[in-house]
Amino acid sequence: MSKVRVLVGTRKGAFILTSDGRRSQWGVDGPFFGGWEIYHMKGSPVDPSRLYASQSTSWFGQLVQRSSDGGKTWEAVGNKFVYEGISGTHQWYDGTAHPWEFKRVWHLEPSLTDPDIVFAGVEDAALFRSLDGGMTWNELAGLRRHGSGPRWQPGAGGMCLHTILLDPADEARMFIAISAAGAFRTDDGGATWLPINRGLRSEHIPDPEAEVGHCVHHIAMHPSRPKVLFMQKHWDIMRSDDAGDSWREVSGNLPSDFGFPIEVHAHEPETVYVVPIKSDSEHFPPDGRLRVYRSRTGGVEWEALTAGLPQRDCYVNVLRDAMAVDSLDPCGVYFGTTGGQVYVSADSGDSWAPIVRDLPAVLSIEVQTFQ
Amino acid sequence: MAVTLEVPATQRSVLDAIESAYPMLRGTIRDQTTKRRRAFVRYFACGQDVSLESDDHPLPVAVAEGREPFIIIGAIAGG
Repeated sequence: MSKVRVLVGTRKGAFILTSDGRRSQWGVDGPFFGGWEIYHMKGSPVDPSRLYASQSTSWFGQLVQRSSDGGKTWEAVGNKFVYEGISGTHQWYDGTAHPWEFKRVWHLEPSLTDPDIVFAGVEDAALFRSLDGGMTWNELAGLRRHGSGPRWQPGAGGMCLHTILLDPADEARMFIAISAAGAFRTDDGGATWLPINRGLRSEHIPDPEAEVGHCVHHIAMHPSRPKVLFMQKHWDIMRSDDAGDSWREVSGNLPSDFGFPIEVHAHEPETVYVVPIKSDSEHFPPDGRLRVYRSRTGGVEWEALTAGLPQRDCYVNVLRDAMAVDSLDPCGVYFGTTGGQVYVSADSGDSWAPIVRDLPAVLSIEVQTFQ
Repeated sequence: MAVTLEVPATQRSVLDAIESAYPMLRGTIRDQTTKRRRAFVRYFACGQDVSLESDDHPLPVAVAEGREPFIIIGAIAGG
């Protein structure tokens, strides 16, 4: 029998939600690591029992946890993230030079082929890789040493590397995104990097079409079509059909094109989901109505999905890593809110139901599908 | 937890021994590279906040002899 396991990272611990393939009755386990921020938790695609979790607090810093039994038990693995060589400086909010300082791991991306290989996107923005199941970490320093590095500047949430996409068709290619530097691509396994921000336009930065400096919030890809990328920028929904070499706006008829997460349907590469948020200063849904928007045309034309979602007095946010899809048929779509709700749609977004309503603020959602 | 120390016992020797016995604590009390105490961590010995003392200052005899604990605690911070 098919089943799903939903990995939920929150401000005060991790939770694991499980259901059979009907996705109507749910078990809730947790909190794991109660009181700690779990920025992200994700399973290996080749060994679903192998999970990695980023655990941190302001008091005690960063830990990385690993499970080999699907989250029943955990062990702390390596947490030494040291920038390679002379760490150098990036721009601070006021434009002055500021030394690179490690703060936390935002995102953990296990390899598509080896459960012991995992990538970590960190703040201040850098990409680390472990080849031994998280025991030791080494920086892929070619990214930070890109000539534009000293011009990178933090977004409101910090200068974080929050998105890592591995190309299933080309092991040497990956995409990352940094707030607020933009998107980058490597074609040689992380040795060298190319900014891929042509076509992005960001008002209120000195050069709206600069090579770097764009506040990219999230990027999504369908595994069958890795050259097609969808981006939620600070403002604007963008699409690339050439692996990021160029972008065009596909915000279309959205009520707001500000937001954080973006996801692609598991079986329909042209079906995309976003959650419009009113603005960068008002981090809640327009009109107090929580609506997921779905495009079945790869952008431009969007429809509001509201069945089962609160349509009045709702002022939560949905953060960049807090949306995911399963690979059942019909495709399940999941998202978590800063109000502690986790919603599921078992019919590709047509209708929604809360799995839980009262967790701590949700930071991340990942889904594992068992056929 | 109890750890065995060389004399004289200092903050540094206590923390080195703890991190050696429990490697998963490395980086959670003090920075892994600089060995500086994390900002929101405090040390207490014999009821006194000794967080600002030198890492190499000898600990009180009662702590060194194991009659009193060396306490590592998250600081009270926030609203």
